[in-house]
Amino acid sequence: MKQLVILSGKGGTGKTSVTAAFAHLASPGPFADQIILADADVDAANLELVLRPERVNTEPFRGGEVAVIDEDRCAQCGDCESVCRFDAIVETDAGWLIDPVACEGCAACVHQCPTESIAMQEQTVGEYAYSDSRYGPLHHAHLYPGQESSGKLVTDVRQRASRQALDEQRRLVLIDGPPGIGCPVIASVSGADLALLVTEPTVAGIHDLRRALKTLQHFGVPALVCINKADVYPVGAREIEAYCRANGIDGVGRIPFDPAVPGAMVAGEAVTAYRPDAPASLALSAVWERVVAALSETPAGSHDARVDQQRRG
Amino acid sequence: MKVAISIAGETPDAPFDARFGRAESFCLAETDTGAWTLHANPALSAAGGAGVLAAQFIARLGAQAVVSGAYGPKAYRTLSAAHIDCFLAPGNEVRSAAEILDAFTAGSLTPADGATHGGHHGD
Amino acid sequence: MRIVVASGKGGTGKTTVATSLAQVATEGYAVRFLDCDVEAPNAELFLHPSLDVHLDVGVQVPRVDAQTCTYCGTCAEICRFNAIAVVGETTLVFDDLCHGCGSCTWMCPEQAITEHLFVTGTIDSGITPDGIAFARGLMNVGQAMGVPILRELKKRAPAATSAATGVRRALEIRDAPPGASCPVVETMRGADFVLFVTEPTPFGLHDLKQVAAIARELSIPAGVVVNRDGIGDDAVDAYCAESDLPILLRIPMNRCIAEAIAAGRTLVETDAVYRSQFKNLLERILTEVPQ
Repeated sequence: MKQLVILSGKGGTGKTSVTAAFAHLASPGPFADQIILADADVDAANLELVLRPERVNTEPFRGGEVAVIDEDRCAQCGDCESVCRFDAIVETDAGWLIDPVACEGCAACVHQCPTESIAMQEQTVGEYAYSDSRYGPLHHAHLYPGQESSGKLVTDVRQRASRQALDEQRRLVLIDGPPGIGCPVIASVSGADLALLVTEPTVAGIHDLRRALKTLQHFGVPALVCINKADVYPVGAREIEAYCRANGIDGVGRIPFDPAVPGAMVAGEAVTAYRPDAPASLALSAVWERVVAALSETPAGSHDARVDQQRRG
Repeated sequence: MKVAISIAGETPDAPFDARFGRAESFCLAETDTGAWTLHANPALSAAGGAGVLAAQFIARLGAQAVVSGAYGPKAYRTLSAAHIDCFLAPGNEVRSAAEILDAFTAGSLTPADGATHGGHHGD
Repeated sequence: MRIVVASGKGGTGKTTVATSLAQVATEGYAVRFLDCDVEAPNAELFLHPSLDVHLDVGVQVPRVDAQTCTYCGTCAEICRFNAIAVVGETTLVFDDLCHGCGSCTWMCPEQAITEHLFVTGTIDSGITPDGIAFARGLMNVGQAMGVPILRELKKRAPAATSAATGVRRALEIRDAPPGASCPVVETMRGADFVLFVTEPTPFGLHDLKQVAAIARELSIPAGVVVNRDGIGDDAVDAYCAESDLPILLRIPMNRCIAEAIAAGRTLVETDAVYRSQFKNLLERILTEVPQ
């Protein structure tokens, strides 16, 4: 079993459109019935919008706890406020209150309260979903707006996906990653076998690509790069390709700017299924073939490797 | 000696769980007598640092060795500091804790010489 | 007056809108610009500040004095983030799990804990050629938590200097990160207005709803800029109408704009027509904010 994660650094470069196209392109070939999909962008989970899968199961996701003051016991001393480093305790006309949005869940106030009026309360901060898409099972999740713990939710979504892949002996977990380089990104790349970075040839795209590549290097995940909307700014596209060459990273193709891409999004389809002959679709097919070739060259997935090692030992 | 085995369930027949920090429970077996006890993993609900919490829990149980499928860097560091030996068992075969224990006593499990993965954030 | 530019979905044009808004605002205001996308800050590529002041920021993490520590385990027990472990006669601290809440410091019965800064990023600041006081947070590669850097950015970024010609009102513009989780909330906290930049596609709409919910929860008035107008469908318009979100500006899908942005030019620098449109946008925003 191998895990391929689609990332970008900068948001809006086309990760989800690429992931959906790959899911479609994988459906007839050697990966037919071999893929499990995972949407790791839990605060903007959009893969569902393109694949329009049938929801099979939903479960609540419980995140961290927040502090709550019991008004009846509170002596209004304000000691809690003096220890809170997150400005989460506010004085109102009705007395001291905890702003659940600002509360970090550290419980410093709980320990400090002389009247034991503060308790920690578990919060349901999102939901897991398991769906059947036309291209394979989809594990996804929705973090409620403004919540924390996105790293944990991403980790859980990936674990559910890789468990199913192991149980059903499927060969590939295809992960649609979040933007940035922080907590949810780290959770979506750790242990992946290969990352495809979808970038765009803009000054911002190039800047963020460098940081994303450094992050992948830090976590030891090999990377490939493809350039979306490559023709919008050819100077930038050449700069990216030169940067990749200088750093020993394989470029796996350019995808042209193509109105078929937003068209497919509105239609709720993978662009390669919506307009198979559109320039973007043809380019994506070529990129997919190169990615498949690179995947077969990566060493067997970490789980398999460990098992092989055990069997030999 | 006492060995802790990560298992996916809270009953004696629950299968082996390849995860350490997020294992559902630990089965604590005394290799000399074969006696065992079951312990729910308190780290299951932790928002972060599950491996660290589970490792301290194992240490408090008095285990001298642990068998799981994978160890993150923080869990490994904590287990090492507690002088607990870490062993690996393959994760994608359904096996019972009893079978794992047999393999352990037979000396056929591989020791983990370090963290087996880079750590999951939020795990 | 503090305006946040947010979107939910990445790549809809937050930085494009925020930078142009800042440039037109310099005509009447002492402007401070905060790039709050600490994972992927891009505004400096458009505003060209001289980033000459650097400040290390991060989290106050515990250090345990081995001489004083009795291995009682109190710190490990109270830490909600499992950043401290006590096993046998060893106390381990995991800096990258620590949120810097100080609970262990206060609760240690031996007072064996002191705190020191675990650096997770920097705040870089300076002045742009158009006189904007610019600051950005930059998270170090490999770090997970951006929110502590954001908090420091909001607190410690230098104030806008008022121009020599009399005291101007201060205006702060914050360029938010994408998504709809904790860093976006931290960016919006304390703001007077949120400007959402979206695109008329199902992705844009889905993610706009997420961030709009945060602004509602924080009771911050909001408005919308529709970018790449014409590429998708009418669903964003319908949503804004039914949710009382005024659409304050539409920017058409235009290849010239895309090329200019790609090369690092702001909208108002690209086409003079946008200068007046952004001035109108700023005025519309000011009328939407209750005084």
